[in-house]
Amino acid sequence: MDIILQQLVNGLSLGSVYGLIAIGYTMVYGIIGMINFAHGDVYMVSAYITAVAIALLSFFGIESFPVIIFGTLIFTIFVTGVYGWVIERIAYRPLRGSSRLSILISAIGMSLILQNYVQLSQGAKQQGVPTLLSGAIRFDIGDGFVQITYMKLFILFASFIGMAALTYIIQKTKLGRMCRATQQDPKMASILGINTDKIISTVFVIGATMAALAGVLVTLDYGGFDFYVGFIIGIKAFTAAVLGGIGSLPGAMLGGIILGLSEALFAGLVSSDYKDVFSFSLLVVILIFRPSGLLGKPEVEKV
Amino acid sequence: MSQAATGIDIKKSAIDSVLAGLIALVVFGPIVGLVLDGFAFNAEPKRLFAIVAVVMVGRFLASWFFQSTKGRDFLYKHTSKDEGVHVLAPGHKSKLKWIIPLTILIAFAVPFIASKYVLTVVILGLIYVLLGLGLNIVVGLAGLLDLGFVGFYAIGAYGLALGYEHLGLGFWSMLPIAAIVAAIFGAILGFPVLRMHGDYLAIVTLGFGEIIRLVLTNWTDLTHGPNGMNAPLPTFFGLEFKRRASEGHVPFHEFFGLSYSSAYKYIFIYLVLLLVVLGVLYVKKRLTQMPIGRAWEALREDEIACRSLGLNHVLVKLSAFMIGASTGGLAGVFFATYQGFVNPSSFTFFESALILAIVVLGGMGSTLGVVIAAFVLTVAPELLREFADYRVLAFGILMVLMMIWKPRGLVRMTRIGVSAREGNVK
Repeated sequence: MDIILQQLVNGLSLGSVYGLIAIGYTMVYGIIGMINFAHGDVYMVSAYITAVAIALLSFFGIESFPVIIFGTLIFTIFVTGVYGWVIERIAYRPLRGSSRLSILISAIGMSLILQNYVQLSQGAKQQGVPTLLSGAIRFDIGDGFVQITYMKLFILFASFIGMAALTYIIQKTKLGRMCRATQQDPKMASILGINTDKIISTVFVIGATMAALAGVLVTLDYGGFDFYVGFIIGIKAFTAAVLGGIGSLPGAMLGGIILGLSEALFAGLVSSDYKDVFSFSLLVVILIFRPSGLLGKPEVEKV
Repeated sequence: MSQAATGIDIKKSAIDSVLAGLIALVVFGPIVGLVLDGFAFNAEPKRLFAIVAVVMVGRFLASWFFQSTKGRDFLYKHTSKDEGVHVLAPGHKSKLKWIIPLTILIAFAVPFIASKYVLTVVILGLIYVLLGLGLNIVVGLAGLLDLGFVGFYAIGAYGLALGYEHLGLGFWSMLPIAAIVAAIFGAILGFPVLRMHGDYLAIVTLGFGEIIRLVLTNWTDLTHGPNGMNAPLPTFFGLEFKRRASEGHVPFHEFFGLSYSSAYKYIFIYLVLLLVVLGVLYVKKRLTQMPIGRAWEALREDEIACRSLGLNHVLVKLSAFMIGASTGGLAGVFFATYQGFVNPSSFTFFESALILAIVVLGGMGSTLGVVIAAFVLTVAPELLREFADYRVLAFGILMVLMMIWKPRGLVRMTRIGVSAREGNVK
């Protein structure tokens, strides 16, 4: 019982992180119909930037926890956002209108570039950040106990804020309206005076900032990372996006949380060696039985 | 630029350059300029400014070049889709007709003149030719992006090792079995997924490749996990290539009265592998001329049109997927016997990306291109060892640039009666 509850808590925080990264996949897919294969590596880059930001702040002698957290968040989100823009500009914009296969291969190339570039400049060894927030709330249940670390609470809180802000931007602001218009009909949107290239860039930047938020949170929680972390978490976030229905924003968040919970339960109750296998199998099964996901619309191809 | 056609606006180039420099500073600053060292960092301003300077100069020159008449011509030539063909005169004979037999002759002569080291490199090159050909059927001809190709490669390699350890089967019996098993796995994976949109296939196959690797790593009772397994050598009509044969067998060198040399086994593996590669090349050439091969390409170009003409798209795709998978399985068997040992770390996503890079660089669907690219991408790292760290970076840049400039690859696929035409007609 306590194991199940503990894993539910862990799964919820893991799932909200998956949800944040899945947003990047789902928005890009919604707007230009491509799988941004390099998105997981954008997350990986943001983990490095987080560590650099913390090191920089402590170099300047800043000790106070809120300043470090907010400084790191702002720095990482800004730099990663620029990464998102640059990646779109270099690897995807020149290919607008090419076949989907070409764009996907270009994205894989970009993913390899990012991994190797970070490995070459930062070294292949595992890196880490100091623990900034320790301590936990403990609930005794029967013989066992459930422990919620403050960091996990912070992850839930921060990802909720991130998702709420994004939902507000997409649903209520002019920028969001332009994004939705471009998603529904790019040609018509551009006739109506929307600079679709700019909107597509914006979507990439938004995706990257959400990945950066996830990167900061996970890095602060786990502490360690290397240049390869983006690969596995990227596939899982993609699974979450597909599970929720690719192209759908609430779907990505829901899919992330469902995936996080089921993965944590599987790891706690069955086997933690095979939890990645479980997630990948889940992806295959969803694609077979419900390719449009939980909240997505079925894709109809027209001539 | 809206001004006179020949006018070059230096100011615009300068602004472009400064902007690019600023962005480069933000992008490279935290990663290249500050190297993490424990919880602190070391500043590396020299290489950061070198990179920023390169970006600024490069952007300035590019901006300048594309404003000139020459630059605009260049852009015009390369924005074309690169799809035109020239129709050749009837009865046209290629001038390169004699090249193929000559290459095959040279290929058969290689093991008898090359040193053992060169031979091992060439064997590796041939294994990648086989992998490239397999993936080329799937990606190049049928247009299905398979990112888990390494999974079939691993099935072939582990098939040999597992068959040897648990069933006592040798190289010759496992060669066809591994191909069939890989094809069956391809069918199981492909059948449900191939009904769907192409992009999903990429992710599902990627997941499949990872599942295979994770299972091989974690199922220690069967595969010994990361410790790996031994794989048997091929035998020559029952003669073994070891110094001392196992009980009841005769070593190759004693039977023929030669002194022992470890090169024999490589020569033998090479020759068998060469025959298999030639066989696959022939089969692929015939397939592309058969209705099924035409159906693959038609389906790649326009699925809806094909379905409305009555092609069973699932079966057509599945056949390409299975043939590609079985070729991957064959390559795996050769890899295992060549190494004498397999472990899961040989089958990471990087291998899939390398094979994909071979297909992309060589030209989708083009046999010649894939053969050349396989050798270039496997032999070049051997020659340029000091740049080995930059290999993946180079592959990535290559893939992006190829997709932007030449999405059909360096050597375009040709058909009887037509030759490729570069760029647009002015």
